[in-house]
Amino acid sequence: MSQARPRTGADAQPRSELPSVLASPSPMRRVWRRFRAQRLGYWSLVLFVVAFAASLAGPLWSNDKPLVVRYDGKFYFPIAKTYAETAFGGDFPTPADYLDPYVRHRFALPGNFALYPPNHYYYDTLNYFSREPNPAPPSHENWLGTDSQGRDVFARLLYGFRVSVEFALVLTLIGSVLGVAAGAVQGYFGGRIDIVGQRLIEIWSALPELYLLIIFASIFEPSFVLLVVLLSLFGWIGLSDYVRAECLRNRTQDYVRAARAIGLSNWQIIWRHVLPNSMTPVITFLPFRMSGSILALTSLDFLGLGVPAPTPSLGELLSEGKANLDAWWISLSTFGVLVATLLLLTFMGDALRNALDTRIADAMRAGGNQ
Amino acid sequence: MSAAGGAHEARSGATAEADPLLSLEHLRIAFGDTVAVDDLTFAIGHGERVALVGESGSGKTVTALAILRLLRDAQLSGAIRFAGNDLLSQSERSMRGLRGSEIAMIFQEPMTALNPLFTVGEQIAETIVAHEGVSPQQGRVRAIELLARTGVTQPEQRVLSYPHQLSGGQRQRAMIAMALACRPRLLLADEPTTALDVTIRAQIVDLLLDIQCEEAQKRGMAVLLITHDLNLVRRFAQRVAVMERGILVESGPVERIFEAPQHPYTQRLIASRPQRQVAPVLPIAPVLLDARDVSVSFATKAAGLRGWFRSGRFEAVTSATLTVRQGETLGIVGESGSGKSTLAMALLGLQRTVQGSIEFQGRPLSSYRGREQTALRSNMQVVFQDPFSSLSPRQTIERIVGEGLALHRPQLGPAARRDKVIAVLREVGIDRTALARYPHEFSGGQRQRIAIARALVLEPRLLVLDEPTSALDVSIQQQVLTLLTALQHKYNLGFVFISHDLAVIGAMAHRVAVMQNGAVVETGDVEKIFSNPAHPYTRKLLEASLQG
Repeated sequence: MSQARPRTGADAQPRSELPSVLASPSPMRRVWRRFRAQRLGYWSLVLFVVAFAASLAGPLWSNDKPLVVRYDGKFYFPIAKTYAETAFGGDFPTPADYLDPYVRHRFALPGNFALYPPNHYYYDTLNYFSREPNPAPPSHENWLGTDSQGRDVFARLLYGFRVSVEFALVLTLIGSVLGVAAGAVQGYFGGRIDIVGQRLIEIWSALPELYLLIIFASIFEPSFVLLVVLLSLFGWIGLSDYVRAECLRNRTQDYVRAARAIGLSNWQIIWRHVLPNSMTPVITFLPFRMSGSILALTSLDFLGLGVPAPTPSLGELLSEGKANLDAWWISLSTFGVLVATLLLLTFMGDALRNALDTRIADAMRAGGNQ
Repeated sequence: MSAAGGAHEARSGATAEADPLLSLEHLRIAFGDTVAVDDLTFAIGHGERVALVGESGSGKTVTALAILRLLRDAQLSGAIRFAGNDLLSQSERSMRGLRGSEIAMIFQEPMTALNPLFTVGEQIAETIVAHEGVSPQQGRVRAIELLARTGVTQPEQRVLSYPHQLSGGQRQRAMIAMALACRPRLLLADEPTTALDVTIRAQIVDLLLDIQCEEAQKRGMAVLLITHDLNLVRRFAQRVAVMERGILVESGPVERIFEAPQHPYTQRLIASRPQRQVAPVLPIAPVLLDARDVSVSFATKAAGLRGWFRSGRFEAVTSATLTVRQGETLGIVGESGSGKSTLAMALLGLQRTVQGSIEFQGRPLSSYRGREQTALRSNMQVVFQDPFSSLSPRQTIERIVGEGLALHRPQLGPAARRDKVIAVLREVGIDRTALARYPHEFSGGQRQRIAIARALVLEPRLLVLDEPTSALDVSIQQQVLTLLTALQHKYNLGFVFISHDLAVIGAMAHRVAVMQNGAVVETGDVEKIFSNPAHPYTRKLLEASLQG
């Protein structure tokens, strides 16, 4: 009670200028502070962001092309530019295979050097020079072994994780925008719009999503974009209900009536007053929606309805692991990545939910004041 | 109340002092670092009526809950002695035996204190069965007796009613019946009349007094009344304890406290009855708002099978006719559900009317279009009752107050807008340090000032005040009323002042409109209506508010 009292008097600052100390943290900042106070969720977020950043930077450290090559006194940057093998003394005008022992030998000549990434494989690199039959177990060459086609499992996991998270981010973004828009319109206007909207949503959500996916997968070439579009068509429904309920509640609040009395238009009221106060479920559900999206993509890939080969994906790796049960390194590592990802997202979601639950922190303050 | 006087004589002062029923000794209640009640010492004798008075946040309710040990996560120290036993050292099990049977409590809001899934009879009988081990049939007979005793008509039928089927007054009677079920020796009444309408308030106070006098003679039942309402205290209590921010500042017999209050806080509380300071309206003042035969109705679900095909109509306002002149305050009085707020929204043009005409400055509201309509909006502003929901929690004060300016005065630059916001905030008594802060950091009275600033910044001609002080403490109420009067003088504003509190209306209004069930039953000058009411309902309201 006492700390919430504004300081009065004793101000001799020039007009229209406020010292920044007096600006109090915005509600979002306070949520962030409470989120940070929850160590598990906060460190999950940090870890997740680091992992995603690492996967985005994947070409720099898991690639079959050297970062820099110095050959015959000239510098080459294979990672950014394609060079023919003839440039490095080979016989063919085809793109150079930098893992070829011949090419590597040329780079080892005095005066030349090549800076390879720590992991020598891109997600579609076949290890032609493996000493063991494919799928090969983990070794110095392939940190997590290879799959049945001789591709490096670590590289595929790295890029598969990247594709999954990108997919989840796009899907969550589109789904949230659609869900918020639909929920806000229904909730704010209420009445007939709400009833018609709800019936339409019920009809829409009765469409069998999986069958549609199967049908579309047979008509069109399955692709990342097609999957995003199809899953977005249905992904917003659950969220719109929550936003609708929040808006229904908020539109009867006095500050909305006061905004109407000031003369704001409906859209201005929704945008400035109703939506900012209705975002709690949206933000709380973000991590859970992301983990749901990752899981959806994984299962579709597992079933063969997902992104086309050779795009790396966790689901494709899982089905590979199922096909080669004795190659434990495939299924175990994929499983590990999947569990870790979903766990991190769940921890983040939990922490976010606690951070947004103002009953805990603000109830004390209000209890003292009321 | 001659019986009350009798009980007062009957109480032997010596026994009360020597062996009080309940005594609190250096009670301290803290939640974490926040100290809610500090060093509270007072006693209640057998058969005594004591009132604990204070504003919100003063620790009254917390004290009552501490007596029943119903506070979770609170650190209690000191002693609470009930009939000689220290309640703080009792086991939870023996406390359960005390609650409801020895010490009973009446809550403020009977709708939420009663379980909506059980009938009233079941809930009353539950206490009796739990504490006295009688059979459910006997419990039900007792429940009927108790309902009859608390003045519920047709107790045999009412015992089978669910809480939502009873009116507010009947629910509060049922709550009292529940509290009396096991013949407690101490009754804690936490704001028992605050949630009720004025006319019912008086009845409930009479009932409580009556029951206490009867029970005090039989068993020496004492009542601890927790309230912020000084009228109620004067009428009900024998002794008063005044609390301010968790500290007991003064206690003593009612007569002495009211006649010669010692502590400045008590003096302020007693002086905080609304004072009339309005200036007369100029005889030439033009009519601002003229509403004729305004009716508003809502669609409701019709009963039974018919509801599948057609909706019923609920008449919220029927043929209300009002005028407001410049610089004049029109008070609208009525009980909850009488259509006051709906009428206000209709006057602002924010609620569709079924019939009737509303003219602002001589032109119907519907004839304002486009740019004129925007200008009209800035001329009619509103202040709501609940300062906690009327400010958007996610905007800074500067944005809240400046929002109307941004819309209506787009020619102002950000710096000029800020200067104007600062000026209007200063006018309502808020510092400019508030600009970058958020509403939750302000107290109720300050929030209400900010809401007034938001309305004033557009320089309106007409301000609709929908119960602007009902959610505020009495001492703050007077400050807000003074502010409103000053603003009216300065800007010659027309006010539509809605309130259920006749004291506030009497202090603020030039003319009054009394509403009952959606209809304006009487209008006239405030002096005339208050001294010589014509309509029976107005008479009833006045009587109730004078008593309560």
